[in-house]
Amino acid sequence: MTTREIGTLAATLRAALGDEQVISDRQELRTYECDGLAQYRVVPALVALPRTAEQCAAVVRACAAADVPFVARGSGTGLSGGALPHADGVLIVTSQLRTIKEIAPQDERAVVEPGVINLHVTRAAAPYGYYYAPDPSSQQICSIGGNVAENSGGAHCLKYGFTTNHVTGLQVVTPDGDLVRLGGRAPDAPGYDLVGAFVGSEGTLGIATEVTVRLVRLPETVRTLLAAFRGTDAAGAATSAIIGAGVIPAAVEMMDALAIEAAEAAVHCGYPAGAGAVLIVELDGPASEVEAQFAQVERLCREHGAFEIRIAADETERLLFWKGRKSAFAAVGRISPDYIVQDGVIPRTALPEVLRRIDQLSRERGIRVANVFHAGDGNLHPLVLFDDAVEGQAERAEEVSGAILELCVALGGSITGEHGVGMDKARYMPRMFTDDDLDTMQLLRCAFDPRGLANPGKVFPTPRLCGEVPGRRTGVHPAQAAGLAEVF
Amino acid sequence: MPDAVLAALRAASHEASGRSNHTDGVWLADDEPILPGVRPRYMAAPGSTAEAAAVLRAAAAHDLAVVVGGGLTKQDWAAPPRRCDLLLSTRRLTGVVEHAAGDLIAVVRAGTRLTELAELLAPAGQQLALDAPLSGATVGGTVAVSTSGPRRMLYGTVRDLLIGVTVVRPDGAVAHAGGKVVKNVAGYDLGKLITGSYGTLGLVTEAAFRLHPCPAASAYVSRRAADPADAARLVAGVLAGQVVPSALEIDAPAEGGLAVVVLLEGTANGVAGRAVRTTRLLGGDAAISDAPPGWWSAYPWGPGDVGMKLTAALSGVPALLTAALTARRQHGVPLALRGSAGTGVLYAGLPGTTRAETVAVVVDALRAAAGAAGGHAVVLTAPAAVRERVDLWGPVEGLELMRRVKRQFDPDARFAPGRFVGGI
Repeated sequence: MTTREIGTLAATLRAALGDEQVISDRQELRTYECDGLAQYRVVPALVALPRTAEQCAAVVRACAAADVPFVARGSGTGLSGGALPHADGVLIVTSQLRTIKEIAPQDERAVVEPGVINLHVTRAAAPYGYYYAPDPSSQQICSIGGNVAENSGGAHCLKYGFTTNHVTGLQVVTPDGDLVRLGGRAPDAPGYDLVGAFVGSEGTLGIATEVTVRLVRLPETVRTLLAAFRGTDAAGAATSAIIGAGVIPAAVEMMDALAIEAAEAAVHCGYPAGAGAVLIVELDGPASEVEAQFAQVERLCREHGAFEIRIAADETERLLFWKGRKSAFAAVGRISPDYIVQDGVIPRTALPEVLRRIDQLSRERGIRVANVFHAGDGNLHPLVLFDDAVEGQAERAEEVSGAILELCVALGGSITGEHGVGMDKARYMPRMFTDDDLDTMQLLRCAFDPRGLANPGKVFPTPRLCGEVPGRRTGVHPAQAAGLAEVF
Repeated sequence: MPDAVLAALRAASHEASGRSNHTDGVWLADDEPILPGVRPRYMAAPGSTAEAAAVLRAAAAHDLAVVVGGGLTKQDWAAPPRRCDLLLSTRRLTGVVEHAAGDLIAVVRAGTRLTELAELLAPAGQQLALDAPLSGATVGGTVAVSTSGPRRMLYGTVRDLLIGVTVVRPDGAVAHAGGKVVKNVAGYDLGKLITGSYGTLGLVTEAAFRLHPCPAASAYVSRRAADPADAARLVAGVLAGQVVPSALEIDAPAEGGLAVVVLLEGTANGVAGRAVRTTRLLGGDAAISDAPPGWWSAYPWGPGDVGMKLTAALSGVPALLTAALTARRQHGVPLALRGSAGTGVLYAGLPGTTRAETVAVVVDALRAAAGAAGGHAVVLTAPAAVRERVDLWGPVEGLELMRRVKRQFDPDARFAPGRFVGGI
């Protein structure tokens, strides 16, 4: 975009939103140059901060009219560069759309704006005995709109599912700038499941401006144990045994020795000395069920070599167990100047093999890898440690990180379990999907955004050219198309 | 006269399958059961995704309208297709491709019946936690129509359990989405788009599901309710309790009466304790049984009847129920109601002999009540006379986007044309 075009668009946006809600100053724009994946930085042409859904739609309409791309951003905590701005585009920040419109425990729903912080939904619902289940580690700062875009998970999605299982309705701004309602409080709205298609589309199908989420009844009991093992093989075997026994814990988390070391250095969580791996296992539900299964979990951990088991006596101790785990990403900063957070998925049963292969990669390339996983569902978060000041280390770390993803795909897993593809992993999509797979996904993109203005360059390595296939008819009678008639 | 289209379909089937006797893959549909409202000219029963793709490419080249059939249990649902030249049966696409018990997943071919799948998974103590309201239903048909039953309350529906799909597009291209791990956010979730699409976007040949362990014990706690307000009070009491039901159903048969039934699943001791607590929550004549009532997981209608699905926000269920019982009385119809009061999904049935005019009036009343309760009223199945008289779907939000999706996937509108919302 030329300076003049930017000026014209800025004027349009200011007229629609007010002067304060549009940023064009270069220094201020730099604040938004990256999301949680800070190695990629792009300064957007403009930043818009709508306060209402209508304003958000107005921004998108202005972008569409000017043929300018737009990128939505919530709290900017994403780890795949999904909210990386476009240099010639508008960054639409939803942080001022932050009203919890309704907590409706009688419907087991909450209606919130996209800028509402994940944890705030749970806080608002808690007085009624309900909570919002998806709990990404960043839940104190990440926004629901970002969660919807990325289909965020969290430690407890093993039992409760992901964002997509908890969103029942959306109001979205389409890439044309139309406000459309999809789904609602009731389940199973007639027609295609566009709510399901939209959640996890990483901002490429439009922007959510209102989200209706399920609220889940708070469990009667939560029991948490921390089990220390000599190594990850034993911890992995214990995990398989627990799942194999028909127990579905709320969460099963694993950390290896290096991750434990980092966590200790950062938050002094006091995990058992000499542990080569720890498991945090949490069960929740009716007291009678939890007690029976908790005893079983404890026994299975011991049978598979746990040398110390701590049981959280109260909420304080439970939070301490979790503190080490939830701070793990940031904590590795204590033991390494730089690191890459990887996010891959393997079939849970392949865990021991994958860990051996990661260890081998690590030794071959001289790059340390700390491992943190959602062990219950095979979601790995290897933290690849390096020092950018050392010649060649960053490249080798990238190689190791990439090789881990290859491993995930080779074993029938996925290149991302919860962080999303964003711009970071678009190049890996062809390892997991064929050209036809990617082409088919982009049919959906073309339906929503034929001009490719919504978050271009993300998810897909190569955009598909949309538009009607020449010479083809749609076969729909005008009366039918207008919704006036059905044909029998 | 030689049939060139039949020859082309057979050639495609033969080449892809390598079978010498290619007449068993594609044939003329003369002796086949006829779909409601249309008569296909050709039948195909490919034995693999590749063969299905080849046949569908040939079908595309000859501009054939295609309807996919599995167990043919729901072909009388929704509107009949505007045209159907080829009925593609999944009857030879059967069996489990992979059951990774340790990973609690299974990859299944579309033509596999849910009952067969249950038998295959049972030895491992696992299940696909989807109820099968219609016996004979296949995996593919269940995905295409997204049927569900009482246990949706705990386990969700197809959309929550489907983790990967293989789809043959109307142009014959084969596409996969998702995968075989539960946690996976790579790419668009086309499985959700396909789920409940009534075969209008393509042919599902394989589906990967998240499985659940079979519970060690289960118990049903039943109680009679005096009226909708009483039922609402009971349902709210169970929801507010912490007994974590797998299902919370109400049943209001046409001949009168109203019952609330709670299903509890878990460990033997746990279920026993929760069942006792549930009887206290329900009070009255609440009784525990280890067997479900006879109507469990069945629709409140039979073949040839009118079947409807009514949805509401949870708090709107009592008003919806009241409106339905009022409509029953006012119009003097034997309206039967049943469904998941714990999730806001009710089913309603009327005899197939009910006058179309009367059905239309009842549908209008139910649609108004469901709409006021934040939901919808959809006529799932009905005799031809009723279908011609009533709008099956009612209001559909996002219809224009849906049309655009359909145009992208099926620009020539050849896959089950007219079966879906808005004539899609």
